[in-house]
Amino acid sequence: MASITLNNLGKVYPGGTRAVGDVNIDIADGEFIVLVGPSGCGKSTLLRMVAGLENITDGEVRIGERVVNQVEPADRDIAMVFQNYALYPHMSVRQNLAYGLKNRRTPKAEIDRRVNEAAEILQIGQFLDRKPRALSGGQRQRVAMGRAIVREPAAFLFDEPLSNLDAKLRVAMRLEIKELQKRLRTTSLYVTHDQLEAMTLADRLVVLNGGKVEQIGTPLEVYRRPASAFVAGFIGSPAMNLIDARAVPHLPGTAHAGTIGIRPEDLTVTPDGPILMDVLAVEELGAQRLVHGQTGGEKLTITLPSDSELADTLRLGFDRASLHLFHRETGVRID
Amino acid sequence: MIENRPGLNLLAHLVLVLGVVVVALPVWVAFVASTHSATDFMSGTVPMWPGPHLVENYSKMLDSGVSTSGTPPVARMMLNSLIMALAIAVGKIAISILSAFAIVYFRFPFRGLAFWCIFITLMLPVEVRIVPTFQVVAGLGLLNSYAGLSIPLIASATATFLFRQVFLTMPDELVEAARIDGAGPMKFFRDILLPLSRTNMAALFVILFIYGWNQYLWPLLVTTDAQYYTIVAGIKRMADAVDGLPQWHLVMATAVLAMLPPVAVVIGMQKLFVKGLVETEK
Repeated sequence: MASITLNNLGKVYPGGTRAVGDVNIDIADGEFIVLVGPSGCGKSTLLRMVAGLENITDGEVRIGERVVNQVEPADRDIAMVFQNYALYPHMSVRQNLAYGLKNRRTPKAEIDRRVNEAAEILQIGQFLDRKPRALSGGQRQRVAMGRAIVREPAAFLFDEPLSNLDAKLRVAMRLEIKELQKRLRTTSLYVTHDQLEAMTLADRLVVLNGGKVEQIGTPLEVYRRPASAFVAGFIGSPAMNLIDARAVPHLPGTAHAGTIGIRPEDLTVTPDGPILMDVLAVEELGAQRLVHGQTGGEKLTITLPSDSELADTLRLGFDRASLHLFHRETGVRID
Repeated sequence: MIENRPGLNLLAHLVLVLGVVVVALPVWVAFVASTHSATDFMSGTVPMWPGPHLVENYSKMLDSGVSTSGTPPVARMMLNSLIMALAIAVGKIAISILSAFAIVYFRFPFRGLAFWCIFITLMLPVEVRIVPTFQVVAGLGLLNSYAGLSIPLIASATATFLFRQVFLTMPDELVEAARIDGAGPMKFFRDILLPLSRTNMAALFVILFIYGWNQYLWPLLVTTDAQYYTIVAGIKRMADAVDGLPQWHLVMATAVLAMLPPVAVVIGMQKLFVKGLVETEK
């Protein structure tokens, strides 16, 4: 186990495109860090740079005390779980798990011990002699994690490991990964585009946009005080309302803000509220409903209890403290 | 398309039966001819049913051959053909899988040039470059040798392309997983690429074995010593009987014998062959 430090890490592709720039993250030993962002934001590239599958053009990656920029992936003491599992199709589950250890000349008895231990942890004992193609998606996912566990690495790297699973299994596996990481206390770096997955798994979130870090913080910090309009719109479901301040000029204390953010759940229906919303559509979620509408040309969403009264226009109020103010051009938080 | 019309069914079967007859009749005639004695062909009518001389004709060909045509016993020629066909099939697979591996997985200078050089050989089969190739083989002193028979036929692009396509369909993550698992390039090749292209190799083996076995023009050119005659070229020499009529019953017996090994290879490897052509197990 080890800490991981990313120092001014950057990546420029030979064509001149900058994929990642100036990333500084200190990951403590045993910490679960989730890299989250929309597709194309450089999160996978960043992970692959830590893994050694992608060249580093600027800055350095440290695993433990060692700078590993020039170290082969196999010698970085990391294990990676891929989105499509990348199991060797012609090998049995047991051989899949043992392959990396065998290449490292681990003694036979030690390999057996670790494989059996991992199989027990992941409950894949009865599949050990099957080929991957005879397994379901969830079972393959477990094998892929088993391959990482048997290595007993300094860090786990997860590259969207749950994207190929159906929604229900994804939620179950999410919890399992969390429990497993808590038990093994292995430093983990996890990439996902699913903000809910990011929120539930992370000790700390790293929100990336366009190859740059927008914010680093615990899920609640990021949720409660998003550092930029981008983070505000990305984290949280349904997404935060971001309104051009000019559309609602009558809100007190927002004169210097370009963009006003307010979460759908922070808006309430009040007879004398300052915002008048025309209702456009209603989505029923069971426990609550999402009401979509617009005010002054800006789209607005509000979460209401499912027994609330609906009308063509709603007057909305909010608590001043729940407003988030952002700069118009840079999107940076200004309060 | 599923249709249920009796007339159409009948027509389809008729076409199929016709096809089978067109393909099978010459083979049947050859077999029948090989079971008669030499005199039966002088009468002017072609026999359509097997005669009594099957064992006699075949054992004569296998043991001693036709001395007047200057060919060695058929057994010897079949051995030559087998060595040549196996050398071509195995050699081609070995060379092309390695070159495809290099082209797909390594970034080296002039990679594109190497690829196009291989590509160009597609346009130069042995028949096109036969004179210069003969010159080279003769210059190297490889006339009348197994090396001379097989090496010029080994270099070709088709198999390289097939393996290149196979390798290109392998997911990148597999390569990366292997890298993280500490498998170097050759280990990756041996432990992962080779087992995964097993069925493609089998399919290619069948095709190349038959290609090698059926070679006619090249062996005819480079072998002047009867000890190195291959069976396909040998049939031609037997049919060109000097000072006499060709002994058709013996020629046909040789032809039937020459057909057997390719048939055996196809039947024996049919399952893998079909798998290799249709399956995508990645």
